[in-house]
Amino acid sequence: MSKRSALAGFKVNFENFLFVLPAVAIFAVFYIYPFYEIFNLSLHEWNGISLTKQFIGFDNFRELFQDAVWWFSMKNALYITFIALTFQNVLAFALAMACDREIRLKGFYRMIFFIPPVLSEIVVGLIWSWILNAGQQGGEPIGLLNFALDRFGFPNLVHNWLSDPKTALTCIAVVHSWKGFGWGFVIFLAGFQTIDRQLYEAAKVDGAGFWDSFWNVTIPMMLPVIMVVIILTILGSMQAFVLILSMVGQGLVYHTEVPVTRILFAMTGSSRFGYACTMGVTFGGILIVVSYFLNLMSKRMKQA
Amino acid sequence: MKRTIALVLSICLVMVVGCAQRTGDLNKIVIWHWMTDRDTAFQELARRYEQQTGVKVVFELYAPSDVYSHKIVASAQAKILPDIFGILHKKHIVAEFIKSGVVADLTTDFNADGKAWRNSLFPRALAVNQFEADNPYGVAPGIYGVPIDVTNIQMLYNKALLAKAGVTEPPQTYEEFLDVAQALYRVGIEGFVSGWGELWMVECFASNYAFNIMGEDKVMATHRGEVPYTDPDWIAVFDLFKRLVDHHALIEGVVTKANKYAEQDFALERAAFAFNGSWCVNVYHEMNPELDYGVMLPPRVNMDRPMRIWGGAGSSFVVNDLSLRKDKAIAFLKWLTAKEQQVFLAEKTKNLPANRTALSSIPQVLADFAAAMDDTTHPSVWPLNEDPQVVEVFDKGLQSIIIGEKTPAQVAAEVQKAKAARMQKQQKRSQM
Repeated sequence: MSKRSALAGFKVNFENFLFVLPAVAIFAVFYIYPFYEIFNLSLHEWNGISLTKQFIGFDNFRELFQDAVWWFSMKNALYITFIALTFQNVLAFALAMACDREIRLKGFYRMIFFIPPVLSEIVVGLIWSWILNAGQQGGEPIGLLNFALDRFGFPNLVHNWLSDPKTALTCIAVVHSWKGFGWGFVIFLAGFQTIDRQLYEAAKVDGAGFWDSFWNVTIPMMLPVIMVVIILTILGSMQAFVLILSMVGQGLVYHTEVPVTRILFAMTGSSRFGYACTMGVTFGGILIVVSYFLNLMSKRMKQA
Repeated sequence: MKRTIALVLSICLVMVVGCAQRTGDLNKIVIWHWMTDRDTAFQELARRYEQQTGVKVVFELYAPSDVYSHKIVASAQAKILPDIFGILHKKHIVAEFIKSGVVADLTTDFNADGKAWRNSLFPRALAVNQFEADNPYGVAPGIYGVPIDVTNIQMLYNKALLAKAGVTEPPQTYEEFLDVAQALYRVGIEGFVSGWGELWMVECFASNYAFNIMGEDKVMATHRGEVPYTDPDWIAVFDLFKRLVDHHALIEGVVTKANKYAEQDFALERAAFAFNGSWCVNVYHEMNPELDYGVMLPPRVNMDRPMRIWGGAGSSFVVNDLSLRKDKAIAFLKWLTAKEQQVFLAEKTKNLPANRTALSSIPQVLADFAAAMDDTTHPSVWPLNEDPQVVEVFDKGLQSIIIGEKTPAQVAAEVQKAKAARMQKQQKRSQM
């Protein structure tokens, strides 16, 4: 009898396994195997073409930990992320809050604010590099920003925005935030619409003003959404590179380098595919650790 | 029984269809290219070739060039390269393609019929596609690519803008060039533009002057590690860029300027000088047909040495050694580089033809570019190239001089430090 029940149990498990097998197979082929290959390649010196690869163990990882340019590029990515977390998300939050109210042209604003995220990053980079162009023709600036500054009485502010190390990365970070705030706006707006209006009415009855309601109702209720937006912002901003390529090409010395541009250079510039994979594995690992801790923080905040 | 017959017939049908497709494919050559300005001309030539020979030629465009490069590498790894393609990498990577067995050796074809095909093309263009005996890449000596046009990179000058600054003749020396730049600056004209946001262009400019100041032998000795980058001659090369800045010679934003925007600046007369390749003739013609400009070699620092400019093959194609249509592919490339087709390409695209006999039909400004082909050199023909990681430090160092962040001496020290580190690593790897 026990053998029959064991067999029946195995049969049920096997049938269940067969149902998930296609998904597991796809996951294994497109996620697990490529990750294994990338990690394997990171232990080799390989130029991407030759039939043989030289096994070098963890030499690439040792080199990466001493690579000052790599860690400088991480710092640049963190700067872009910081601007996105502050400027981008505060703007998205404020605009979502405004659009959640009953205001005129609410639908129009919602549409307008979602246009930047759906534009191609290359196109956005090209347009902004034209706006920030420092060139001149006939003594007059040709970049839109410099032209406007010159025309409206601020010629002292005319600047070489993308070729000055003090401003290049900030310009890129601001454009990145301009392009990305629409996503945060949509997620925050969805979050606002899940807040029960009765909570605000109850707070009003208790004598709460705008700021009291904001800190005691809006923020606690929006906390899970805020954490999601923060995680997505960090993951997206740390991996930014398309905008950098279209705005400053191969970069302004190392001031506009980010981890992905370093990976690209390792692959296409110095043809060191193994080293590029090392960078990819390390970068991926860092992002996983960051996401894990943010998730943990989010769970603890929910419990509190 | 009926099912068995049906199954056998189905299998036979599949095999017949499969074989028919294979036979049809043998009359079709597929070529992958990246040249957006030439696609229309290529399609027309493909049509003509099919009319003449019955062989269908399919040109597939994958642009821009860096996307094309990635596609070629990925396709080589997957062994799905087309019959004819281009390799837009440095020579050591071309060597790897050859050693992987995906690039055909064309030496026999070039030397056939008393070297007729070989002699029709510019030697410098062939040299870029050639590996000599005892090359450091471990490749059997031979010619592995077919140049379809030639190019070189020189300076251009806008005659009208120079005249506004009271300059009647283009400068002959670097000192004169700096004086002209100051004269232009005084009348509010920007001096010099180039696509130095693309690091290879600033490297090219520096390389020209390195050869002029110290000669090819010393440059190669530096690549071998025998001469440090802190040598006074190298510091003199770095100092040229500082002097350009000090004399207000450079257009604003030059360090992050892609070449296509630099071309726009020169074509729209925002700068009096440009540093660009012969492909710019077509570009300038499209943007501003009235532009009145001339071509000159970069003005020398050292009058005792020649100015060696980068040039040779502009674009080259290689033949897939694994292709079943290899012979047809080679025949097509021979046809493509014949005089009639080269004249057609030169007229349509305003690029310099690879065939020397096609030079008579080109515009004067292109002829001026062609006149300097004997002054050309190229990293692909050097006995040894610098390590790419050292080149990056070198190029970024030049950028930092231009933006005033570092001095020539500081950059020289950094490049030498990178060089020493790479040489140590290479020595360690070779011992593993």
